[in-house]
Amino acid sequence: MATTPNATTPADFAWSPRALLRRIQDADEIAHLVTLIAAATLLLITVLLVYQLWVLSAEARAKFGWSFFVTQTWDPVSGDFGALTFIYGTLVTSAVALFIAVPLGVGAAIFLAELAPPKLSSSLTFVSDLLAAVPSVIYGLLGVFLLVPIMRTSVQPFLKHTLGFLPLFRGPAYGIGFLTAGIVLAIMIVPFVLSVSREVLLAVPRDQREAALALGATKWESTAKVVVPAARIGIFGSVFLALARALGETMAVTMVIGNNPKIAASLFSPGYSIAAVLANEFSEATGNLYLSALIELGLVLFILTFILNGLARLLIVVTTSRGSGVLPT
Amino acid sequence: MDAAFPLMENSGAGASTAASKTKVTSDSSTTTTPGVNTLRMKVTKLNFYYGKVHALHSVSLDIATNRVTAMIGPSGCGKSTLLRTLNRMHETLRHTRLEGEITLDGANILTMDVTKLRRMVGMVFQKPNPFPKSIYDNVAYGLRINGHKGRLDDAVEKSLRRASLWDEVKDKLQKSAYALSGGQQQRLCIARALAVDPEVLLLDEPCSALDPVNTAKIEELLFELKPSCTLVIVTHNMQQAARVSDSTAFMLNGDLIEFSPTPQMFTTPSDARTEAYITGRFG
Amino acid sequence: MSARMIWRKSLNLFMLSLTALCALLTVSALFFILGYLMYNGGKDLSWNFFTHLPAPVGEEGGGMANAIVGTLKLMLLAAVIGVPIGLLGGVYLAEFGGKTMPFLIRYTADLLNGVPSIVIGIFAYALVVMPMHHFSTLAGGFALGIMVIPTVLRNTESFLRDVPRALREGSFALGTNKWRMIATVVLPAASRGILTGVLLALARVAGETAPLIFTAFGNRYWSPGWMQPTSSLPVIIYTYATGPYEDWHRQAWAAGLVLLGLVLLTNILVRTFLGGGTSYERS
Repeated sequence: MATTPNATTPADFAWSPRALLRRIQDADEIAHLVTLIAAATLLLITVLLVYQLWVLSAEARAKFGWSFFVTQTWDPVSGDFGALTFIYGTLVTSAVALFIAVPLGVGAAIFLAELAPPKLSSSLTFVSDLLAAVPSVIYGLLGVFLLVPIMRTSVQPFLKHTLGFLPLFRGPAYGIGFLTAGIVLAIMIVPFVLSVSREVLLAVPRDQREAALALGATKWESTAKVVVPAARIGIFGSVFLALARALGETMAVTMVIGNNPKIAASLFSPGYSIAAVLANEFSEATGNLYLSALIELGLVLFILTFILNGLARLLIVVTTSRGSGVLPT
Repeated sequence: MDAAFPLMENSGAGASTAASKTKVTSDSSTTTTPGVNTLRMKVTKLNFYYGKVHALHSVSLDIATNRVTAMIGPSGCGKSTLLRTLNRMHETLRHTRLEGEITLDGANILTMDVTKLRRMVGMVFQKPNPFPKSIYDNVAYGLRINGHKGRLDDAVEKSLRRASLWDEVKDKLQKSAYALSGGQQQRLCIARALAVDPEVLLLDEPCSALDPVNTAKIEELLFELKPSCTLVIVTHNMQQAARVSDSTAFMLNGDLIEFSPTPQMFTTPSDARTEAYITGRFG
Repeated sequence: MSARMIWRKSLNLFMLSLTALCALLTVSALFFILGYLMYNGGKDLSWNFFTHLPAPVGEEGGGMANAIVGTLKLMLLAAVIGVPIGLLGGVYLAEFGGKTMPFLIRYTADLLNGVPSIVIGIFAYALVVMPMHHFSTLAGGFALGIMVIPTVLRNTESFLRDVPRALREGSFALGTNKWRMIATVVLPAASRGILTGVLLALARVAGETAPLIFTAFGNRYWSPGWMQPTSSLPVIIYTYATGPYEDWHRQAWAAGLVLLGLVLLTNILVRTFLGGGTSYERS
């Protein structure tokens, strides 16, 4: 551990009581040490976390190997576990969420960054940030009691009626299921897409817009053909960020997805996600294998979000070149 | 060079048609036939405000067709502000106000449709600002949004030739514009602006970010453009104004102090302040 | 105006409206959520709610006093665990540190920040619940504390860095040594921003449910001390909302209103009065 030499630290290393006392009073080295330990604790915790995930999932990994990822069965009784249904559910709900949230979020970000007056832009962004602070369980609450009935009585029948020829919109309309979970997720991740996209759009230099306008472009042409393309890498970053968030989202999803380990083409079908099964079954898991399988699922989730967040950060940093201090709420 | 003997008389009247160029406006214009009217643009009693600050005081200026009009003056005198009103770029800022009249071929630009105006009055900025696209796409941008009839490739080549850049980039049109040097990027920006065939080209200190070699290239370029385009250039470099322009306007603190044919401005200026600036006593 | 121009103008207007609509939809979601919660939850808020324990399962009435206290205890624990580490770690990054270690710390903080909260719950389960063989407030507080660390750390670093160099140099010039300078000059200067970060981090973990489900678990009674499982607002909302009783559903709404009120109020107050929000928050 390197210490920056302090002018008041004696150059020679005397162990005499007086010198020692002086050094303690100086205490810069102690301060350095203490803060370093604090910072290192963070490292320790993270390493420990990965270690625990790895070690505790060992039993399941040893037993199932790679087939864990392609097996559909999830049978605690017989001890046969496979992650496929949960991976499927996680991906489907996230896909639905992105499909809704990205256009909405990017569109709103374009409005706030390019078209709205600055005051309006910052107050609306403030509201969006507040939205991001709403706890997941609140979204779940509204999802269960408000959205699910609406889906069951209006939206799903409507979709069946109009788009029912697609396998996506077939089957009984329970109100819960992949689509509903996807919609709730979408509302939850929109603020992230909005916030980051807005930042990267604002980071595009002013003279680019001026050049476009000076050529006789309309405001939209300048935005769509110059500003947005210039910021597109960062916008992708915001999508990855939102996706990482959606993957890990637990409460709201488990309250509306149906918690049924099932793979089905229809979005109306109930299903399950990795986070949801962890929430539901973890505290009741009997037996080491069961627990180990669940923890392996946790490991999978960890790895997925790790990769996505890493990519997102890279893309956003590249676009705003302001270092990784620019993430949204 | 013929630029050294532009107009013996005042820039208001004078020599008529240079090569009249074919305009490719797709919309029927309300302007008069080029070449007959020797004033391309006319500024009358222009007052400009940034919020409460009165930045331009009743400025009147004539911009002759197919000539180079230069605006000089110390920092903060308002020359860039004035330039930016000519294509209404000031409207991209908040809290600006403009009073007075500016016409293009007789038509009031303030009531005209602004995107149409900006197609006719182009701008090149101080710092080269090519889009992060290929060289080709930079030049083609204006053509694409205006719906160019005819082959895009030909129009792009024509613009690059007019900007004296074609030979240097003809083999790498698909490369990123950022691969070019500063001077080349600026010429690319000129090509981009020329692509939409503007009547007037405004240049805001186009060489201030460039080295002498590239500056010379661009000045030469301006000579070549003059017969087919009206040029207005803002420069902080007096020698450049003397080299390049037919008429020069000297501004100070938001006022237009003097506006004369260039040889006259630099040899026998009529105002004492002009003389002081030109001889370097301030600025 | 040509047909093309009309198209361009209409498209411009259309897209402006469309993006405005997107912004409006996004933003109105918050007001809708808030409004609906107030409507549904407000009617069941009563003195009972805040002071009584839950009634026996299936019976009506009862309150959520234990959940409220539980949440407060958990937040206290989270603060005690997370804030010192985050704060001191932030000081390390901003004031000491070299090249590799800080990079590693920052990277790890970002990593930990992105871990889904349920995985953090698994970790706390492995580390605290398993050795103890039962659920506890401690385990829950530990999980939440971990979630607080990265936010507080990066936030502290950020605000410390913002303190101008001149301030530090002034202190040094007076003969202070480093830790004194940090403690008496730099930290106070950055205190507002740091406090903002801490409060927002705590407000955030107050609403977290997933990490508590198998650490603090839940409790229909009071939870004395720190070693027993405890009820908490988010978990009770989850339990009641997914339960079969109408009465439970009503109480879930009321609890939801209390929780949301707590979180939003903290966010609004902190952001408005302590300024600007943090530069780094949990993603």
